[in-house]
Amino acid sequence: MPDTFLGIRKLLNWFNVTKELPTLETAQKLGLLEIEYERIKQILGRTPNFTELSIFSAMWSEHCSYKNSIIWLKILPKDSPRMLAKAGEENAGLVDIGDGLACSFKIESHNHPSAIEPYQGAATGVGGINRDIFTMGARPIAQLNSLRFGNINLEKTKWLLKGVVKGIGDYGNAFGVPTVGGELYFDDCYNVNPLVNAFSAGIVQTDKIARAISYGAGNPVFIVGSATGKDGIHGAAFASKDISEDSVNDLPSVQVGDPFMEKLLLEATLEIIATGHVIGIQDMGAAGLICSTSEMSAKGNHGMDIWLDKVPTRQANMKPWEILLSESQERMLVVVKKGQEKTIQDIFDKWDLHCAQIGVVTESKNLRFFMNGELVAEVPAYDLVLGGGAPQYHREYKEPEYFRKYKKFNINDVKQTNNYKDVARYLLSHPNIASRRWVYEQYDSMVGTANMTTNAPSDAAVVHIKGTKKALVMCVDCNSRYVHANPEEGTAIAVAEAARNVVCSGGIPVAITNNLNFGNPYVPEVYWQFVGAIKGMKKACEKFATPVTGGNVSFYNQSADGGPVFPTPTIGMLGIMEDVSNHMTLNFKKAGDLIFLIGYSKDDISSSEYLYSYLGIKESPPPHFDLNEEYNVQELIKILIKEKLINCAHDVSDGGLFIALAESAIAGNLGFKVTSDFRFRKDAWLFGEKQSRVIVTVDPDKEKEFMSCLKSSRNLLTRDENLGVEIIGTVTNQDLVIDNELFFTTWEASDIYNNALAKLLE
Amino acid sequence: MKFGVITFPGSNCDDDLYDVLKNTMNCTTVKLWHKETDLQGCDFIFLPGGFSYGDYLRSGAIARFSPIMDAVIKHAERGGYVMGICNGFQILTEAQLLPGALLRNVGMKFICKNTYITPVNTDTVITSCLQKNKAYKIPVAHAEGRFYASEATLDEMKSNGQILFKYCHPDGTIDDTANINGSIENIAGICNTSKNVFGMMPHPERAASEYLSNTEGKAIFESILKNVRA
Repeated sequence: MPDTFLGIRKLLNWFNVTKELPTLETAQKLGLLEIEYERIKQILGRTPNFTELSIFSAMWSEHCSYKNSIIWLKILPKDSPRMLAKAGEENAGLVDIGDGLACSFKIESHNHPSAIEPYQGAATGVGGINRDIFTMGARPIAQLNSLRFGNINLEKTKWLLKGVVKGIGDYGNAFGVPTVGGELYFDDCYNVNPLVNAFSAGIVQTDKIARAISYGAGNPVFIVGSATGKDGIHGAAFASKDISEDSVNDLPSVQVGDPFMEKLLLEATLEIIATGHVIGIQDMGAAGLICSTSEMSAKGNHGMDIWLDKVPTRQANMKPWEILLSESQERMLVVVKKGQEKTIQDIFDKWDLHCAQIGVVTESKNLRFFMNGELVAEVPAYDLVLGGGAPQYHREYKEPEYFRKYKKFNINDVKQTNNYKDVARYLLSHPNIASRRWVYEQYDSMVGTANMTTNAPSDAAVVHIKGTKKALVMCVDCNSRYVHANPEEGTAIAVAEAARNVVCSGGIPVAITNNLNFGNPYVPEVYWQFVGAIKGMKKACEKFATPVTGGNVSFYNQSADGGPVFPTPTIGMLGIMEDVSNHMTLNFKKAGDLIFLIGYSKDDISSSEYLYSYLGIKESPPPHFDLNEEYNVQELIKILIKEKLINCAHDVSDGGLFIALAESAIAGNLGFKVTSDFRFRKDAWLFGEKQSRVIVTVDPDKEKEFMSCLKSSRNLLTRDENLGVEIIGTVTNQDLVIDNELFFTTWEASDIYNNALAKLLE
Repeated sequence: MKFGVITFPGSNCDDDLYDVLKNTMNCTTVKLWHKETDLQGCDFIFLPGGFSYGDYLRSGAIARFSPIMDAVIKHAERGGYVMGICNGFQILTEAQLLPGALLRNVGMKFICKNTYITPVNTDTVITSCLQKNKAYKIPVAHAEGRFYASEATLDEMKSNGQILFKYCHPDGTIDDTANINGSIENIAGICNTSKNVFGMMPHPERAASEYLSNTEGKAIFESILKNVRA
């Protein structure tokens, strides 16, 4: 994509001088297709000028219009009684959480900027997602992130990772919202193109929700926050080497974040919304001013007259199209009730922020942009936006050859190892499994004094909603290796694992946001992955009653060999805990507790870290997964937590049962003694990643009650006896012991697990 | 007894501190805006953590020039109580209400985690309810928390009993491996010579709630209430 914008600046200078209208060739250089150019002429009833063409190119870009994905996104479930704003209606999803409160949450990618400039790329990703939350009137209370990098042994990977982590930390820490969870994976497929997905969730009173809308002719339009500069014009696509070759004192390649400004903007924004005088407000993200003016106007069925010369700029003589398309950070567009101009101005003065009236709302439904009194562009708002006149395409898709090959995998072709201890050590210290401490200690995870998992760790982050007995339960999940192996099944697993993490923490899954990271949608095999992922997500979200509230699509993520990265549909799940006394933790509590494995095991090592990394066998399907079985396991866990019958719960995921046991032991500073199940291969039992399994511990005094609860629940849930629950061992004071063999002392395991990442990175 | 929590632009622990003082400790508490010049009759002033002015210069170096700081300095000179936590501590050293300086952590990284601190002097307004040799689990979150003072200043501080907290192990032992940021002699908190101005890097307000499964920081607030109320 970047090369479509070659030489734009030269073209532009030429148009400025000659005042001639651009041609199809220019439209194509701006990334528009011929049919799109024809459509623009039809909409306007004339040939667009350069500014208008730039407006369409930005608004009809993949990023703003979702033109290659929206048709499939529409099949995802959107409804639930809790939904206050459905996918695509507002800047972020909005879920009713009772007590007159709502939670606004969303995930968004900043992959391409982070690949070029990891520090600012990641920082501005954090800034952008938080603005999406507080523009709705919600105060962000938790952030998570999902990161993927290439081979950790490459210097470039280390540089990218350190930059991204520092960028997220510096921005989020200063902004003052805790980073409470996340995920981090390494695979060669991300060597060139890392993935940086940022999640934020905020709380708003349901009567204080702000909307991204504009109406009421004569109402003033304000731009607030940072001054507008030439950064990020034409988005990431413009951030290419070719621009700086022209070296005309312009265009830093990536936007620059200012968390201090964002913090002030947060406080000022919440203050003006609280006055009740705000008609609508939207942050300026991708495609800047043109995106906010058009989306707010289209939603409210109104138009706007905007005086671009009134926009506070960082430098003199910015062109109309530069002001319109600038992606300078920390800005908002606000429409206010006429007569309340001073109220708004005073609040921004208090916080020492820019606040300039740049236009008025009009009846016309057209956006008219003026520069020093001269009309420079006039476009109908509706035709620019997604859900309005923006194009929507069906893309061709085709099953890739690898898919059939992967399915042929047979565990019997893999010789069983006889050195289980070696595998265990390998997995404990593997960068995809070892403790993420090196990363998360650089994030302020405690500001806000609501993160309940600091001292009581659980599978998902649990954040107390102050003034209530409730908590938000959140996680981000996606094993992209599974998704690659089978997009539909792998994505269903991602949703299921997210739900399992929420449930194991004592929450009830409520809704998801998704971050769909894929390769080039024009490649049929890539688009097949996309379609499969959507189908799997639909299936699983319907099962768990977790509608999709929105998210973000990121295409064009390419790997080192020019092929796509693993399809990575990251799931950000929101759950609710009605009463914090239901908070369930993952650490073993005391020696003597019985360890139960809930959910069947199988002779299954497919796509496990053990098979893929330790044995180096890359071609296999995802691990066994059955949606109904998963549902039943989760329902049982909910009952066990509610009845207070278990002392800990931890899901079996990457690295299999051994890693789950080790993590619970390390977190509790205790040990375990377990006996493997002779019905299965020992490597599959210990390291296989067959889904829908959870380990729980039970106080021996409660064993009877636990067993009778199982019995009644079995009938209730499955109408048969097929929900596997096995006792596998006991918690001990120290040492990780399997089949009477000492694997590690707890101290040793803890040292390996906790320090592995730091050793690889420093 | 009235507490005031100052909000500087970029403060982000002001709400947390206010919450603990007002709701956990049930004290009369107000927030003070940095542009104000009057302390609204507060007896005890808190400077909270955060990133005042983005910490774009040295941490605290700009906030010390905020209009309210004149009143804070006068309050302290009159013997009024002032306490800075994290960024608040940095502001107080920049304002020279407290000795020493806070430098970038050894390791050059931001660190957020639980740490253990032990009181060195339990004869002050903020430490009297604490037990000597006991380790208190109180988290830190800072990039510039390495306390430094010249040898002469340090000697003076020692002889005046101005060193209040040191980083330690969970069992209370103090050594280099417990020193999370490279502070001189593991120092985590101090006071001025008159013992009415206090500063500490760890956040006791983050360790004062059952919801967080950690209430070990409450002893500091309890000390304040016990001593100042009387």
